Amino acid sequence: MHVERSVLTTIGAMLVLMTALPWFVGQVSEDVFFEWPFFLEVAIGGLLSGVMYSLVALGFVLIFKASGVFNFAQGAMVLFAALSFVGLKDLGVPLWLCFILTAGIMTLVAMTIERLVLRPLVNQEPIILFMVTIGIAYVLDGLGQMIWGSEVRMLDIGLPQDPSFFFDGKILINQFDMFAALIAGALVAALVIFFQYTKTGRALRAVADDHQAAMSVGIPLQHIWVVVWTVAGLVALVAGIMWGGKLGVQFSLALIALKALPVLILGGFTSIPGAIIGGLIVGAGEKVSEVFLGPLVGGGIEDWFAYMLALVFLVFRPQGLFGEKIIERV
Amino acid sequence: MTDKPSPLLTVENIEVIYNHVILVLKGVSLQVPEGGITALLGGNGAGKTTTLKAISNLLRAERGDVTKGAIHYQGQRVDSMSPADLVKKGVVQVMEGRHCFEHLTVEENLLTGAYTRKAGRRAINDDLERVYNYFPRLRERRKSQAGYTSGGEQQMVAMGRAMMARPKMILLDEPSMGLAPQLVEEIFEIVKTLNEKEGVSFLLAEQNTNVALKYAKYGYILENGRIVMDGDAKELSENSDVREFYLGVSDKGRKSFRDVKHYRRRKRWLA
Repeated sequence: MHVERSVLTTIGAMLVLMTALPWFVGQVSEDVFFEWPFFLEVAIGGLLSGVMYSLVALGFVLIFKASGVFNFAQGAMVLFAALSFVGLKDLGVPLWLCFILTAGIMTLVAMTIERLVLRPLVNQEPIILFMVTIGIAYVLDGLGQMIWGSEVRMLDIGLPQDPSFFFDGKILINQFDMFAALIAGALVAALVIFFQYTKTGRALRAVADDHQAAMSVGIPLQHIWVVVWTVAGLVALVAGIMWGGKLGVQFSLALIALKALPVLILGGFTSIPGAIIGGLIVGAGEKVSEVFLGPLVGGGIEDWFAYMLALVFLVFRPQGLFGEKIIERV
Repeated sequence: MTDKPSPLLTVENIEVIYNHVILVLKGVSLQVPEGGITALLGGNGAGKTTTLKAISNLLRAERGDVTKGAIHYQGQRVDSMSPADLVKKGVVQVMEGRHCFEHLTVEENLLTGAYTRKAGRRAINDDLERVYNYFPRLRERRKSQAGYTSGGEQQMVAMGRAMMARPKMILLDEPSMGLAPQLVEEIFEIVKTLNEKEGVSFLLAEQNTNVALKYAKYGYILENGRIVMDGDAKELSENSDVREFYLGVSDKGRKSFRDVKHYRRRKRWLA
């Protein structure tokens, strides 16, 4: 993939700033404890939790790319998938079967949404489709809790929860986060292969570019929408399992979607690598600034850091790091 | 007009309404014979594109609807068929203004054209090669993003993409738009070759009456959503009205706009 130089400089500048600022603060302030291994530990922890943001953001990007719909229901899909997964598991279904069954459920959800919502509303304004996804979000939230109950459920998928130590115990990293990152990485690799090298993937990208032209060469839009909502549903399922394993499956899973918004603005709404890198930057940035800059302002940076960063991006680089610029030949 | 081949496509008296209110086509009938190049001529807003989209069924995506009449392809009624099914049956539209997939490479663009085909990889590669032989320039640019290629190249991509579906009939909408005269000739030469060598029939919407009549065998003139005249391309290009209104020449040679009186400028056959 061709990467613009300005993208690399922006990322580089952010990395330098994120390293230099804590170090500087550590030198001048008494309140802040700064040591390189500790910094690394915080940064790596942040990156790993950033992967989880990326997972949610990915779902948004997929649907936005293929149908131009900003899917507000992505968070609800995460919750719905996680609830179904944990619900099936509590019924005593083995894990692998849970995964397959839930994937089937998400496919069904995608087909229903296409049939009942997208098809009748074809060619409507983007804002109308956006409103509709808000509706879908409520329906999914309600439906999931109606079927599976609304209490917090623990989800243990057998990943180790203990911390690992590196460098003579100087750096401590949560094993669960590491596995989650590995799984997310595998998922992304699979998606990239699917989009770049398969016929359906190519058709998906074609639809994303120009859906009229896609129709004119015989790509059936309805079919493509089902595929893309299904893929987004699967991504939601993986995200739901990971987040659910970390926080327990509960309603607040639907809200992590809000954290995906700044990630999208950072990475660009139409870019898969953007969603990933955006997630990593947001994850690492908020942890580092919370730990090293937080004491100066009394803490709480973690809550607003991502949105602040998104604001800065909106001003200086509205298409995000990797967003598609509209190609305009001069 | 002897032993005319049976028509591949027949459009019978169709009426198209956009958005439930705007009547655009007011009863258009035309025929495209097997192996023919038929031109659909007319000025801006005459209904050329709408006619093509009515045939390829892309109309519904723009909230247009065929409310009356019928469209037959190979003797079968096709007006409620989805665009994808039509492509499978061999009718592909090349839309006005190219409509390439900008962020896909040239080669990927071409490959999307084969989406409806079940053919194996080898067959597809052979066809890719075939397209490259028609448009050698695309071979050079196969790895570049289509959005960054020139207008002429994009037109070639759009046509090559349509060819990848192995169509029997191409609905070609205004291929000359925004292209240099030399390129226009080049594109039309390829239309002619495709027609002669591969037996592809064309229905061609054009504003460039001159070129269109040179390559077409038969022509229809649309005005205001109605066919006002039709005939062999040769007859049309010799018709004095067509010469005056669409080709800009009168019997007394080239006419200056100053000499054209307003009430003479445009003759309405109907309405």
